[in-house]
Amino acid sequence: MADTALPMTKSAVVPSGTKPRRILSGRNIMLYGILIVVCLYYILPLWVMVMTSVKGMPEVRLGNIFAPPVEITFQPWVKAWSEACTGLNCDGLSRGFWNSVQILIPSVILSIVVASVNGYALVNWRFKGSDVFFTILIFGSFIPYQVMLYPIVILLREMGIYGTLWGLVLVHTIFGMPILTLLFRNYFSSIPEELFKAARVDGAGFWGIYFRIMLPMSLPIFVVALILQVTGIWNDFLFGVVYTKPELYPMTVQLNNIVNSVQGVKEYNVNMAATLLTGLVPLVVYFISGKLFVRGIAAGAVKG
Amino acid sequence: MTKSIEVKDLTLNFGSVSVLKNMNIDVQEGEFVVLLGPSGCGKSTLLNCLAGLLDITEGQIWIKGKNVTWSEPSARGIGMVFQSYALYPQMTVRGNLSFGLKNQRMPKDEIDRRVARASEILQIGPLLDRKPGALSGGQRQRVAIGRALVRDVDVFLFDEPLSNLDAKLRSELRVEIKRLHSKLNNTMVYVTHDQIEALTLADRIAVMKGGVIQQLSDPQTIYNKPSNLFVAGFIGSPSMNFLHGKTVDGGKAFHFGDHKIDLAGYDGGAVLERDQAILGVRPEHITVSHDAPAGPSIPAVVEIDEHLGADSLLWLKAGTKELCVRVPVEGRLPAGTKVHLGLDIAKASLFDNKTEQRI
Repeated sequence: MADTALPMTKSAVVPSGTKPRRILSGRNIMLYGILIVVCLYYILPLWVMVMTSVKGMPEVRLGNIFAPPVEITFQPWVKAWSEACTGLNCDGLSRGFWNSVQILIPSVILSIVVASVNGYALVNWRFKGSDVFFTILIFGSFIPYQVMLYPIVILLREMGIYGTLWGLVLVHTIFGMPILTLLFRNYFSSIPEELFKAARVDGAGFWGIYFRIMLPMSLPIFVVALILQVTGIWNDFLFGVVYTKPELYPMTVQLNNIVNSVQGVKEYNVNMAATLLTGLVPLVVYFISGKLFVRGIAAGAVKG
Repeated sequence: MTKSIEVKDLTLNFGSVSVLKNMNIDVQEGEFVVLLGPSGCGKSTLLNCLAGLLDITEGQIWIKGKNVTWSEPSARGIGMVFQSYALYPQMTVRGNLSFGLKNQRMPKDEIDRRVARASEILQIGPLLDRKPGALSGGQRQRVAIGRALVRDVDVFLFDEPLSNLDAKLRSELRVEIKRLHSKLNNTMVYVTHDQIEALTLADRIAVMKGGVIQQLSDPQTIYNKPSNLFVAGFIGSPSMNFLHGKTVDGGKAFHFGDHKIDLAGYDGGAVLERDQAILGVRPEHITVSHDAPAGPSIPAVVEIDEHLGADSLLWLKAGTKELCVRVPVEGRLPAGTKVHLGLDIAKASLFDNKTEQRI
């Protein structure tokens, strides 16, 4: 102890006290200045929306869009949810919300189940032509949706599910397939092959290995797929408007119809509330599973 | 002795690439066969074929008198141990050991009995409720061996099981595998690129190169009478010294540079006169002396002296030819010393230059 302490005390240039730090250095002003500007850029629209949505119409008309409300009212939210009119229906977004939920849940489950089995089979149970199959599937993700709109209308009509929720679920499942399969394939190929071999020697079959070996190791990638699909399907407008009927329109289409309705006064507060309501689901999903999402991405989910 | 594994005319092609060529091996029951070769020689591929993890292109595989060429891996009566351990990370050690048995729908008390027996043999009892992530490399490999053990099979397949371990653990587990073999008396097929593992463990070694078995024999024969140049050069560290020359006097002597080496006592076939031949002598089969001995000898100069602890390696130059000699520690010589080399012809190997086969 004494031996090691001695040279320390002899040394004259031991730093002591707090290290002087210049808060207002040029670097810091630059750094934080830019950060604050960028933050404002992103926060301001949200601020305007939230503030406007809790103001009454008289206050909105004053035009001070940045000002906080003098009198807070949740009437616009109530109206957006249950009273706003689209054409003849005056039951607000609620109908669209439930439609969206009914579309979302089966679409997400179906697409993830099929894509994960696809990815697993493409990695571990290679068959003749599996590479060609995969290439074709990936090629599918480059074809613009618009090209296929009308052919799919005909297909669904022939299958007798045009204009139904299940028709839309099928469309979402198919269009989610290329990117999800790629995602799962890449994840599963990062799992050591020897694990798969060991399980085969242990007598596990296709489904046994999938459920007992692969699935328990793949939570992060399932969360990634879940988030991608939930936000993608929830935010979808085009398929919703093309492949369903007015009483089955998803929330996004309903929102558009409320916001763009040309009759009467533009109720900005109701529009803002409706928009916020529609965006709530993806937002909640992000907040709940954001951490897992990052982990899944980091776990090689997006590597080529 | 009955045959445990029979490989008949096995050929495997990946597309147009031929990985294994017309391979024939018989493994006796209770035998320990090591597949040895440089990376890419097809030894792991052959093991995967035996396990049924790769579909072969042609030929047949028989295990315990049953044609299993197209059987599922689990139906072949084999247990396999992998280089990366391949333990299921989400299961405990117990779960790992019993996974295969549960797949066979074995009654629970039988599973418990087998897991207990395996964990006793491998001394992994205290680890049973841990996850693989909480084990050291050596412990993981024990569990991996245990997973093959609980299956109660006749044939064990090892795919470079010790390559991921550090040197000390490797030698410990090597002894343990040997002990396991003498205790269980299973047939074992063991893939490695480490010749020490091969020489110490094997009853017979199959040296492979380019998808072809070069020599299949017991370690002693492989070491002393390598069947061709490749085997001779691959086995032994440092590798065999090769002297390029020709045989003269009706095969009674070997001409190397200006030196004539008497081949009397050579343990091999008819030498005959050959224009080009290669004489291979292992570093420990060369004697070093200061004075020219009575018999044939080669003058050389010591270049480097490598001390290895138990013995020492002398790197010498005879003319332009570099040679390595293993000498006892007291035989160490400083660089620059002029010496005479005597070759132990009885333990040397003579190769034909063209066919590269041992004569």
